[in-house]
Amino acid sequence: MSFVSEFRTSITKAIILASIIFIVGCEQSVAPAHKKNSQLLIYCAEGSPITLNPQTSTSGTTIDAASATIYNQLIDYQPGTTELRPSLATEWTIDETGTKYRFKLRQGVEFHSNQYFSPNREFNADDVIFSINRQKQPSHPLHALYGANYPYFKGQGLGTLIRNIKKIDDYQVEIELTRPESPFLSILATPFLPIQSKEYSDFLMQKEQLELFDKNPIGTGPFQYVAYETDSYLRFKRFDQHFAYISPIKNLVYAITPDPAMRFARFSAGECDMMRYPLPVHIKLANQDDSIKSIQTSALNVAYWAFNTEKEPFNNVKVRQALSLAINRKAIIRSVYDNQAIQAEGPLGPSSWAYDNELTSTQYNPEKAKQLLLEAGYSSGFELDIWAMPVQRAYNPNARKMAEMIQQDLLEIGIQSNIVSYQWGTFLRRVRLGHHQTVLLGWNADNGDPNNFLTPLLSCLASQNRSNYARWCDRNFDQLILQARQETSPEKRKDYYIQAQKLFAEAKPWLPIAHTPNNMLIQNEIKGVTLSPLGTLSFEGVHFAQESTDIKKLPDSQKNKQEQL
Amino acid sequence: MLLSLFRILITALVSFLGLTILTFGISQQATTPLHDYQSTHWFPQYFEYLGYLLTANWGNSDLSGNDVFTELLKHFPASIELLSFSLILAIFVGLFFGIMAAKNRGGWLDKGLMSATLVGYSMPVFWWGLLLVLFFSLYLGISPVAGRIDYAYYIQPITRFMLIDTLISNHNYGSAAFFNALNHLVLPAVTLSWIPMAIMARMTRSSLVNILKFEYIRTARSKGLPENRIIWIHALRNAMQSLLTIGGLQISILMTGLIIAEYIFAWPGVGSWLLSSVSRQDYPSIQAGILALSSLVILFNLMLEIMANYLDPRKRRPLS
Repeated sequence: MSFVSEFRTSITKAIILASIIFIVGCEQSVAPAHKKNSQLLIYCAEGSPITLNPQTSTSGTTIDAASATIYNQLIDYQPGTTELRPSLATEWTIDETGTKYRFKLRQGVEFHSNQYFSPNREFNADDVIFSINRQKQPSHPLHALYGANYPYFKGQGLGTLIRNIKKIDDYQVEIELTRPESPFLSILATPFLPIQSKEYSDFLMQKEQLELFDKNPIGTGPFQYVAYETDSYLRFKRFDQHFAYISPIKNLVYAITPDPAMRFARFSAGECDMMRYPLPVHIKLANQDDSIKSIQTSALNVAYWAFNTEKEPFNNVKVRQALSLAINRKAIIRSVYDNQAIQAEGPLGPSSWAYDNELTSTQYNPEKAKQLLLEAGYSSGFELDIWAMPVQRAYNPNARKMAEMIQQDLLEIGIQSNIVSYQWGTFLRRVRLGHHQTVLLGWNADNGDPNNFLTPLLSCLASQNRSNYARWCDRNFDQLILQARQETSPEKRKDYYIQAQKLFAEAKPWLPIAHTPNNMLIQNEIKGVTLSPLGTLSFEGVHFAQESTDIKKLPDSQKNKQEQL
Repeated sequence: MLLSLFRILITALVSFLGLTILTFGISQQATTPLHDYQSTHWFPQYFEYLGYLLTANWGNSDLSGNDVFTELLKHFPASIELLSFSLILAIFVGLFFGIMAAKNRGGWLDKGLMSATLVGYSMPVFWWGLLLVLFFSLYLGISPVAGRIDYAYYIQPITRFMLIDTLISNHNYGSAAFFNALNHLVLPAVTLSWIPMAIMARMTRSSLVNILKFEYIRTARSKGLPENRIIWIHALRNAMQSLLTIGGLQISILMTGLIIAEYIFAWPGVGSWLLSSVSRQDYPSIQAGILALSSLVILFNLMLEIMANYLDPRKRRPLS
């Protein structure tokens, strides 16, 4: 009997204790603690970066994590644009052959320090040579570190394009190219060519701890690395000696939340200040809510429907024109993109500096399409396959749905179609081999140069390399983009590109469908966020609204701790 | 006793070997070979693979190049923390509800609890998790949405059990950090434990109802023992038998739930690590994650069987 009552009281005690703990715990979170500290910014990220070195990965997650924070390049993009501006290089000159680039380097730039290493010298030419040669030379001590490969560097053929890089003096380097290539400066400004510290590498090599180099990265960027817990968070602190700007953000945390719905829930609950990759429904919700806002910028990407011009009947330009006229792209943008995209008229979007303003729009006109089919000798129609990519991308959130809409539109001009899909890897491999008749795909720019669209997607070389999925090869078009690549004057380049776009519009190897903007959700008290058309992240200029009444000071003991971070 | 213990151990070992055959198969998918094998045929290679596993050499990730075993150890504490909380919640609350229902058989409490558990039983983990977040975090605002602790607190990982780290690591946040971590644990643990808790409650109820019909219970009642003592001491002990078996089965349900709950709540455990490895097609990590989670299931079942063996006097009989 006494046992039972004892047991009962202990259970009751346990329940009471548990509820006390729960209630106390709850009270802690009523106002998320980070709100109390105005200098902590939390960014809700979509995944865990595989590495913190942008040289070794083209994944957007890595780029977002490392290039907005740890590293600087020689050249940089003006925030929110694709215009170049000086970064670690203050000026550059190109000789008359267009192959020798001389860079004057910024003086007095300091590298970060960490628990292993503190730098004894400032940034100089050795670091530039070290960083580029790491990617270029197989004999470089860090080249084969972690079995790294350098997908962007190799993909752009930079290993052969860069003949030589040499030091003129401590603050001047010269890069010699094997051929004139005007997009080279844009390539240098991509996050894939960060400048790393040679001194750090030498130091680690001496201590035989080279494997720490990319795991505890050191750079010159505005934030320095503090800690990374995979699948959980990335933590940075402000680098107070940054050469360009001192951010008002003292501590920066990337809260890794892969599920988009939970990411939005976290954001709405105020657990993070900025959120990347919202779904269309999140943007709608944000527009209805006063405490959060959605910002967007037009992006350099394109979704397209490519016709395999090597196959009958797509080798006939009239058929391609007819198919293009038959598709109601307005409806596609309404239902596939939820109106969060603009209709594309060419490979380049309006945010590119070489965009052709006079490009005439292809109007939806099934009657004219029928007429053209008649002229081409296909009055009774034909059957075709639409290959729809099986994955979701920013430029195409639902290729399957898009294919179904195209299917309906084609029925109206008497064309039967089948939708084909495979697992992503297989899909790409087969499309590269040209097994498709027509395919729905897209492209996201990695540097701001128009060449980044036209050469890989539409040149003859790319039709052999198989990233030109229309397998379209026009010698005049190729000639124009080659001339544009070798020309250094931007006005002349633009002329060439506009002519090339006109050729594209006449030949219609694809039907361009949409350009989608980059979106970000931010809390109202966060100001000064700029989005890049290239989709890269930047915290430059981001600050907290002064008028916000939400900011409370941390107790002194906690504040000191925050400052130590 | 010894003989049955031996039998249990052998069964566990066989399941473990079956598991390693599976993970060996997965490890063959890695782009760079996981280990340097001496032999060329797969059969002797398998035994070399076992040797590597036992010496904690589980290979390196295809993508990051990190040692998979270290990565696994990094993610394990978070999972264990969540799992043990959910398990405690599932067992105790489930038992309690089951007993309440059995005591009031046919009453409104019984009916209410049983329909509630039926709802819980049929609720998918991801849906339940989202609902809880919607209600407790977004509507009521009394619980954090995801993560292990508020990022205003920077806790150096020592044991990687957040609750322990907030207590032992050197910081100035006081007990606030501990309670913040505890608060972050509540929603994921409730989400995860819901299904096992419902099953536990239903099982407890049905076996108790059965047992309460037995003669010895009637004897106890006629002896004038208080009802609570009859249920808690006499009936429950017999019900434990079947409950332990059911409990063992719950572990695997808990594991599948774990992967989903970790993904939803951005909980940095083995489950979310496994899931992100799958999406990256990082076979060495997939292999390690599966091996770890499944070994845990085997281990739990082993422990439960030994416990069941101990509790059942018939099985405890010495060799004759």
